[in-house]
Amino acid sequence: MSKNDWPLWEVFIRSKQGLNHKHVGSLRAADAEMAIENARDVYTRRSEGISIWVIESNNVYASDPSDMDSLFEPSQTKVYRHPTFYVVPDGISHM
Amino acid sequence: MQLAMEQKYSQEELEKRFQDKIDNDIKIEPNDWMPDAYRKTLVRQISQHAHSEIVGMLPEGNWITRAPNLRRKAVLLAKVQDEAGHGLYLYSAVETLGADREETIDDLHSGKAKYSSIFNYPTLTWADMGAVGWLVDGAAIMNQVPLCRCSYGPYARAMVRVCKEESFHQRQGYEIIAKLAQGTPEQKEMAQDALNRFWWPSLMMFGPNDDDSPNSALSIKWKIKRFSNDELRQQFIDVTVPQAELIGLTVPDKDLKFNEETGHYEHGPINWDEFWEVVKGNGPCNEDRINTRRSAKENGEWVRAAANAFAEKRKMRVAV
Repeated sequence: MSKNDWPLWEVFIRSKQGLNHKHVGSLRAADAEMAIENARDVYTRRSEGISIWVIESNNVYASDPSDMDSLFEPSQTKVYRHPTFYVVPDGISHM
Repeated sequence: MQLAMEQKYSQEELEKRFQDKIDNDIKIEPNDWMPDAYRKTLVRQISQHAHSEIVGMLPEGNWITRAPNLRRKAVLLAKVQDEAGHGLYLYSAVETLGADREETIDDLHSGKAKYSSIFNYPTLTWADMGAVGWLVDGAAIMNQVPLCRCSYGPYARAMVRVCKEESFHQRQGYEIIAKLAQGTPEQKEMAQDALNRFWWPSLMMFGPNDDDSPNSALSIKWKIKRFSNDELRQQFIDVTVPQAELIGLTVPDKDLKFNEETGHYEHGPINWDEFWEVVKGNGPCNEDRINTRRSAKENGEWVRAAANAFAEKRKMRVAV
C-alpha cells in the first residue's frame, strides 16, 4: 500500500427507523468523516438510508469458515429449543 | 482462512465441496475456500466490469455541459454519477477477493486490464446520448440481470443494486432517441445516424461467438455465467428491433429478418475483425480514454495526499 492509499471501510445502513443497520459494502476514505460522506454518495442515492455506520475493515474480526461445523453444530442438535419439538393436544389454542 | 481449510481437507475434497455448493446454488462468500482459477476469473471479470463503469462515464460526460435543457442535464448528471457508483460497488466486490484496488486501477492505466470496447467509440451528437442509454445500457442489462444470480455473493449483491439503477438509464436513453425520431427531418436523421453507428458495436458487447469463447464453459460450470454470449445477443436483438421499429428507425442490417418458426430475428454477420482491433487498442478513442483516466489519477494525487494529511492532523488533535 503506497502512502497515499486510503484505508478500507465497511459501510452499514439503516434503511428506516425501526430496522437494524445492515452491511451494504465497503469503500476507501481518508478518515471516518469522509467515509460517511462517501457512503452517502455511493450507497444512498435513492433514499436507501436514514443512518450510516462506518468501521475500518481492519477492525472487523470474523469467524473462520473452516470452523463452521464445530462452531454452529451445537445449535443444530438441540431441536427442543424450537416450539415445533413439542406436541400440543388437539383443542388447545393460543399456545 | 484458506489455509485452515487446506490443512483440514485434501485438494480433491475441497474442490468437490466447492462444486457441490455451486451445484446446490449456495453462494460462495469471501472467506470460503475457492479454487485459484475461480478467484482469478472473478478478479479479472469484476475489475474489468468496474473499469467499464468508470471509463463508461467519459462518452456521456462529454455531453453534460451541452445537454439541450436543464431537465436533460440533471438526468444525464444523475446517470453519470450512477456509473461512478457502479464502478465503486464493483471495486468493493473485487477487494473482497484479496485484490488491491489501486493495483487493479493501475492495470487499467497500463493497458494490462481491459474494459468494454463500446466505450472506445466517440459520442458525436446529442442523439448518441439516446443511443448509448437505449442500446449500450440495454445490452449491459441483458448481461447483468443473470449476474444477479452469480455464484459469488459480493458480485451478485453488487449486480442487484446495479440492475435496479440501470433500468432508469435505458429508459432515459430511449426517451431521448424517441423524441428526436419524432422531431424535424434533421433530428430524425440524427437519431438514425446514432443507431447506425451504435448498433453493431452494441451487438459486439456480448463478446465473441460461442465457438470462439473458450473460457465460457468453465464460467458456466461455476455459475459465474448463466447464458452464453450468443444466447444473450439473440435476446437483445429480439427485444430491441421492435423498439426501433416503433419509433420509425431502421436497424442497419440488410440481412435482418424475423423467423416465424423460431420466433427469433436472424441477423447478418458481425465484423469481428473490427471488434478485435478495438480490443487490441486500435479503436477510435482507446488512447484518449486511457489518457483521460491516467491524468485524472495523476492530477488528483495532491487531493489524496491533502486528505491523508488532514486525517493525520485530526487524529493528532484527538489524541492530545
